Parts: sequence; C-alpha cells; structure tokens
Amino acid sequence: MDLGSRFPVPGSRPSDALTRVQKLDLYYWMRLTRSLEERLVALYRQTKVVGGLFRSLGQEADAVGSAYALERRDILSPLIRNLGSMLVKGATPLEILRQYMAKGDSPTRGRELNIHFGDTDRGFIGQISPLGDMVPVMAGVTLTFRMRGQDRVGLVYVGDGATSTGAFHEGINFAAVQRLPLVVVVENNGYAYSTPIEKQTAARQFVDKAIGYGIPGLQADGNDVLAVYDVTKMAVDHARAGGGVTLVELMTYRRKGHAEHDNQSYVPAGEIDRWAAENDPLDRYLVVMREELGATDAEIAAMDARVTAEIDAATDEAEKSPPPLPLDALEGVYANPPAERPLWFRDGADRAVDVNERPEGWGTWQAPRPGSA
Amino acid sequence: MAEITYLEALREGIVEEMARDENVFCMGEDIGAYGGAFKVTDGLLDRFGESRVIDTPISEIAIVGAAAGAGHMGMRPVVEMQFIDFIANAYDMLTNYVATARYRAFLPCPMVVRGPSGGYVRGGPFHSQNPEAGFIHTPGLKVVYPATAEDAKGLMKAAIRDDDCVLFFEHKYLYRRIKAEMPAGDHVVPIGKARVAREGKDVSIITYAATVWKALEAAESLEKEDGLSVEVIDLRTLAPLDDDAIFATVRKTNRVLVLHEDTRTGGIAGEITARINESCFEWLDAPVLRVTAHDIPLPYAPQLEDFVLPQTSDVVRAVRRLAAY
Repeated sequence: MDLGSRFPVPGSRPSDALTRVQKLDLYYWMRLTRSLEERLVALYRQTKVVGGLFRSLGQEADAVGSAYALERRDILSPLIRNLGSMLVKGATPLEILRQYMAKGDSPTRGRELNIHFGDTDRGFIGQISPLGDMVPVMAGVTLTFRMRGQDRVGLVYVGDGATSTGAFHEGINFAAVQRLPLVVVVENNGYAYSTPIEKQTAARQFVDKAIGYGIPGLQADGNDVLAVYDVTKMAVDHARAGGGVTLVELMTYRRKGHAEHDNQSYVPAGEIDRWAAENDPLDRYLVVMREELGATDAEIAAMDARVTAEIDAATDEAEKSPPPLPLDALEGVYANPPAERPLWFRDGADRAVDVNERPEGWGTWQAPRPGSA
Repeated sequence: MAEITYLEALREGIVEEMARDENVFCMGEDIGAYGGAFKVTDGLLDRFGESRVIDTPISEIAIVGAAAGAGHMGMRPVVEMQFIDFIANAYDMLTNYVATARYRAFLPCPMVVRGPSGGYVRGGPFHSQNPEAGFIHTPGLKVVYPATAEDAKGLMKAAIRDDDCVLFFEHKYLYRRIKAEMPAGDHVVPIGKARVAREGKDVSIITYAATVWKALEAAESLEKEDGLSVEVIDLRTLAPLDDDAIFATVRKTNRVLVLHEDTRTGGIAGEITARINESCFEWLDAPVLRVTAHDIPLPYAPQLEDFVLPQTSDVVRAVRRLAAY
C-alpha cells in the first residue's frame, strides 16, 4: 500500500472526521502539557524537583496529535518529550508532579525520575534512558497483539538521535519483517542533546530510512497538530488493517535545552526566537480554532482556566505527598524473593543517613548554621 | 523410561511447557526450520507452528527486547542466543531494560534467554565463552547453569515458569556427552537450590556446569590415590546463590575449593570466597582456593585451550594443597 499517494488529498484528511469538541480537546491537552511543564519549572527552581527537568516546549503538537490518533486499547511508548502523549493516554498531572518530586506515592514509588513511568492498562509503557530500546520492546508488545488476534496497535516514539542506535535498527527491522501493527514516530526536533541532525545522519531526511526497511514512510509538520493527527492516524489505520509498520517523521523544533540545566550555547543565534515567534504549535492552533472552529475568546479563556485550576489542585495535593520509606528501596526487584534483606551494617536501621554522617565533608552540602531552622 | 541426552532433556522441558501453557513461545536465529544451530529446538516448528516458533533476523537486541515486551503483555518467551557469546550484543537490553523493569516500572519480564555456552570444544574465542559473571552482577536477573540432564530439563521448566527473566546457560560440551533417565511426572527443579553431587568429609569443591564432571573425576582419583573424601557441590543456580548450601559444606569439611571454567578475575569464585570469608571464617582450616580459567580469551588450538581451561589434574593438585593444611 502506498500511503504517500493518499496524503495530502484535499477533503480526505482523517482529522475531518474529528468533532469540534475533539478538536478543542487537542488544544486542552497541548495547553495542559505546556502549563504543567511551566509549573514544574517553578518547582524545580524551588528545588522541589530533586532531579533534572525535561521540557517539550514547542513540541506539544507532535506529542498530543500523534497520541490522539490511537484508540483506548492501543499502547504507546513515550520519549522524554512526550508528556503530552502520556496525558492524552491518561497520565495525570498529579502523577507527573509526584514523580518529579520523588514522592513515596509517585507512580514508581520514588524509584524512577521524571516521566519515566507507565501503565499498561491505560496504554503507555515507560521508557528507559538508553535511546532506541523501546522499539524492540514495542515490537514484542505488538507481536503479542498479533499472536492473540487482538485488534490493537502500538506506537513508539524515537528522536532524531535514537535513529542512530542499534536497538532502533534491529527493532524496526524485526517489526517490519514480521509486519507487526506498530507505528514508529521519529520526532525530528533538530538536536540530540547538543548534536544537530547533520552530525546524526547522512540521510537527506529521516523518513528516507523507511525505504531500507521496506515499509511506508510519512512526514508531517510536527507543529501543526491536525497534520500530526492526520499522518499518525493513517499509519495507525494501516497497522490495524494488517499492513505492518509505518515510519512517521514529524518535523518540529526543541526550543529548550536537553534538560533545564542546558544553556543551548550550541544553537545558532536567533534560531530559537524565530521558532517561538513564527512556529509555536499553540499559537498556530489558536488561529485555526478562531478561524475554522469559531472558538471565542471566552471559550479559550475557560479552557485555560480549567488547566490552571487542575494544575493548582494537583500541585497542592503533590506537595502533601510523603517521601518514600527508605526500606521500600529493597522491595520488588524480583517477584520471588519479594524483597532483599538489608546488609548487616544497615541491620535495624530505617534510614541510611544518621548522626555519623558528616555531609559537610562532601563539599556541596551546606550545613545549617547553629540557631537556623 | 529410556535415557536421554542433556540436549534432549532441554528440548523436552521446552516442549512440555509449550504444551502446558499457550503463552510460551520461542524466538531466535535459525531455530525454526533449521531447528537451531545445535538442534535444541528441532521439531518445534512442526509441532507448534510459525506463530510460536519464530525465526528472527540476526538481531540479539531485538530478540531480547521483543521478549521483554511480550513478557509485559503476559507471554512467556523462550529466546535463543545462537551462541551465548552473542548475548553481549543484548547486554544493554538485559541489564538496563529487562533487569530493572519490575523494580522501576512494575513490569514483569517472565522470559528465558538460553544458549549454548562453554568451552572444551575447540570453538575459539567466540563460540566458547562463559559470560555468566557479567550478569550475576546485575540485580533483577536470575542465572542458571545445569550440569546434568535431569537438571537441564527441570531447571528449564522452572525457568519458563519463573515470573522474572532467567538466563539459561547450557553447556555445549555436555549436550550429547551425558545422558540420564528423566524423573517421572512434572519434573521441576527449583531455582536457587544447589545440589550435593557427591558426599564427602575432608574437602569441598564448589562448582557448576561442565566442571562438575571434572570435580567428580578428581574426587574419584583422590579417594583412590590419597584416601581423601571429597564433597562436590553443584550450584546449578548462580543468581541467586544458595548461601545455605555453600555454608553447610564449609562447616562440614572446613576446606573449600571453588572451581569454574569462567576466567578468574571477577568470576563468581571471588564472590563465593568473599561470602565464606564474611560468614564462615571461623569454620575454615585453610584459605579458600580457586581453580579457574586463566584470564585469557579462549584460544582455538587444543594445546592452547587445554592449557587455559581448568583440567582434572589442576583440581587434584588444588585439593591436595588444601588437604595439607
């Protein structure tokens, strides 16, 4: 099947089948993604986020539009810039906040960082940091769908950088050979950490890699949420119909650094500002909403207010969450045995740090001055 | 019941579990139509069909990763590394993804990664390795390495039923060299339990896999020539280690040799020695000694391979040294 010849054909866009409510829904998810990350920045600056913070500023459309093309029963595997995809799939702001703040009732009970978590019931499987690894894993997930005769599709996100890994190649090749119901989304945001795409590949464009695997390749403007939905929906439908794997390249731009600490010194002057001014996915979609959906200012303000209220409530709740219990660290490496025993020198202790610790010796820690709280 | 080989016992274990549980399936390179490089999976394709016996591209990362994904969804994949040497290609997937999945994400990986391992077969540097130590170091993985045909079958069935990833090392030297009659019924050998391969009272040899047979050979001649009573412990499982069995034999004989075919530095003998030191120091009448391979990539020529790998005469020499304390 030649998917390329079907798109774009005026009047036949899959997104035409979306209702007005659904189209406004896309805005809600993008706004929620952006505002939630802004809240995380505030918490990060208050040192309440104990690890790194990863932004998807400018990429909200590619995350939300692609995840929206899946059914409830389908499973996706997100990347670090797919907060929006996870929210669409049912992850809650409260979970995200607890996770970043390393709370004991976070989805991973304080074991993993940031948005590294999943829930197969809601249809998302958490990534790990070695890039590309989720492609083979999602090949196994979709292999199971096929073995069990289930009408389900998998979607896995990789960045431009991950296309250079062995795991990406082996996973997409195996899935292609087996014609598994898998969509591989390459989010081309220009940079892998500091490495620009021209140092990542000699290919003219990432979608060209599809040819080598004998699968269809589609490409779309990743900052146009409806275009993202259209290509992803076509790839998802193709997979569901038994057509096998499709590689989808979404062209977008990473406006923040790899993580919050990254000052982006490697980015040419003016590039970020240009994308922010001319190609912001929310700004662009607001124009579509006003001009094509007749959305009023009041309607938009109400959605924005809803997002703010939800994030405020989730933040209050997350701040109240307890830290993990130290001994929980020893549970659940295996099903059997269910827990490891504390080592003998930790016997009877319920925490690792006590009066014998002299943290000032480590250099970075500031000892509280006598008399201070 | 007729005797079957170690290799046939492995196959019998896989077949019985595939027949018992439709979630069990096999993946690997050349395992279907060809039946596997050593024929462990011979006949499975005919019996269970293409959807449960899957020939894959040469892609160890994809094989292991796909097994994990299928495991998350409730399947119980049994995947083959054509030679266990190639498991190194999937090291990231096993250690970073599979081993951590339950802990960090509550995702089960009930899967078996199996493959022909070990030397004494003139296989050279890439068809003779014993890479188990690299994995016992990783929390979240289980590692078994049977020495007998009964354990080959019983541990295979236990590994397939285990709710976590089990790395199943099969010794290719033993594939067709040893035979046994299988115990009747549903023969499952528990993971994490060592076995006393030979009772003794003077010196203990703690070992596993092919060197169990070297230890037994040495014990036999030491009894005849020196009148020494040597106990041989076959660990069977390397992760988790059976500390109880190790400490019991130390308390019994007070003299311990740890023997393995794997290279010396960072090999499991060092770990066993440390555990004995920490828990049984006062029971020792002699230092714990090791007989292992030299720290050398395994060479091809018989004269070279034999020199690098531990031999029965090395074991005899080491036990005599222990007995002299």
